[in-house]
Amino acid sequence: MSSCFQTLSDYGLRSIGYGERLLPKADITLCEQFVLIGSGMIWNIYFAVLALLLGFFFATVLALGKNSNLSLFSAPCRLFIFIFRGSPLFIQFFFAYDLFVLLPRLGFDIDLGFFVVTVETRWLTKAWLGALIVLFFNTSAYAGEIFYGALRAVPSQDLESADAFGFTGIKKFRRIIWPTMLRLAWPSYTNEAIFMFHATTLVFFTGFPAWQQKGDAIYYASYFADKTFNPFVPYPIVGFYFILLTLLIIGLFSLINRRLNKHLPTNERKRLRFNKHNLIR
Amino acid sequence: MFNYCVDPKAIEGLMWLSCYVTTAKHMSFYFSFLVVIGLLSLAAPLAMVFGFAGATASRSNFRIIRSLGKGYLAMIRGIPDIVFFLFIPIALDQAFEYLRHKVLCFDVTEPIRQGNDFVVCAAAKLPLNTAGEWVHDIYGFSLALLAFGFVFGAFAGNVLSGAMAAVPKSQIETGEAYGFSQSQIFRRILIPQMWIYALPGLSNLWMILIKATPLLFLLGIEDIVYWAKELGGIKTGVYEYPHPDWRAWYFGVLMIFYLSLTYLSQSVLDKISARLSQGQATMAGKAG
Repeated sequence: MSSCFQTLSDYGLRSIGYGERLLPKADITLCEQFVLIGSGMIWNIYFAVLALLLGFFFATVLALGKNSNLSLFSAPCRLFIFIFRGSPLFIQFFFAYDLFVLLPRLGFDIDLGFFVVTVETRWLTKAWLGALIVLFFNTSAYAGEIFYGALRAVPSQDLESADAFGFTGIKKFRRIIWPTMLRLAWPSYTNEAIFMFHATTLVFFTGFPAWQQKGDAIYYASYFADKTFNPFVPYPIVGFYFILLTLLIIGLFSLINRRLNKHLPTNERKRLRFNKHNLIR
Repeated sequence: MFNYCVDPKAIEGLMWLSCYVTTAKHMSFYFSFLVVIGLLSLAAPLAMVFGFAGATASRSNFRIIRSLGKGYLAMIRGIPDIVFFLFIPIALDQAFEYLRHKVLCFDVTEPIRQGNDFVVCAAAKLPLNTAGEWVHDIYGFSLALLAFGFVFGAFAGNVLSGAMAAVPKSQIETGEAYGFSQSQIFRRILIPQMWIYALPGLSNLWMILIKATPLLFLLGIEDIVYWAKELGGIKTGVYEYPHPDWRAWYFGVLMIFYLSLTYLSQSVLDKISARLSQGQATMAGKAG
């Protein structure tokens, strides 16, 4: 057991570059597999959380844009959503990576007033930025479509009441349309969030290199499967971690769902279930 | 392909391009598009079979079968599909070889798992070492197909079990009142009525299936992703057709291929859905 604590301190943060440099090669123990694959989960969580947080806002913009009467706004949003929903994420990763590689290696200085940040284009070929951008665009497109559907489903009486009470512009959107849109979209959006977490497993199988063997959970799992030639241990471990994560997401999203439905009479509240017959993706 | 292609370094422009896109490797690239279509047309029915079995099992009266079915349908919601795509082919391969080893080489007493090795006798190897290249290709493709069938079967099972649950209970009860047996109710009442509820989910699933086909690359199949990487990479002067890094172009072509495939599918599915909702007591039905 103490040796497992040792493994934990050696490999617990291996995926982000702390601890032991060499991966275990011979006599791989169950503990090493658990710890290293768990360490890889840091990357999965990093990608999914950031992509979802940023994507949430961009998706709202896309949904509003697609819903706009002006084709100047709606056409680009439609195109964006079509491109990212209509093609496989796997191909998007390859395509984006190869585009990023072609970019000239430049450094841009961004003056923030108090200090200057140098943004380098070569960061785009690194997974932490390049893959994050692809995931961000991808989830924005999917969530944008979900929000657009919900936006179209906002009851017209709600809008009429808002008008009657003199709500206009930003205030009408923020107080009336947006909360209802979110409430209607939430079950599908929960699905999307779960799929986003699952989609992060693709990153290190595309062009993006796992630099110094800093990879995600499935990168280490396939490493172990190759080394031990036994798939029956590492892949179930990944499965175990992801089931835990999925349950956590469902729990978190149900809390938000409860808040979104708070004002409704109890018999009209919808409990959040992982939507069985309408998997959106 | 063309006569003037004998010395590609001497020609330029469109002529060069016409020679370049008709090389033997490019022909393999074009053929791999057919592999994608082939996978789609085989995986879809297979997934329906798996899904139907899963959905039926999850409604079974026997507890063990029911929990097996429910477990099968539930696992895909918690575990990323890529895990299954990586796990199933190699697990199946080892399982087959293990069984063949036990049957064909029962006199070998050494354990199969020796440290980090998986050792079976030569006669138990799948495919046999003596088998031709194409046997290996077919075997690899079949394992991949089974993985797709299994994963998408679980998705389809969720859709179908949701659709079965959506058939109004009174229909079932009417069947019981008329003295139908359980299997008659299943075949004559439940199945014919569930399709309309299953259609949106199944259309969605078809789109997911299309977008999952490039994952064949992960299973070691020489698919379109493999060829795009292979052909697009930098070719130095030692190659017949030297060119810089063109991978972005090749993957651009794949993007267009998939976008047209999903666009086409979507318009067909919209037509089907419009046709099926005609005369239904829904908003879509009344509009049509």
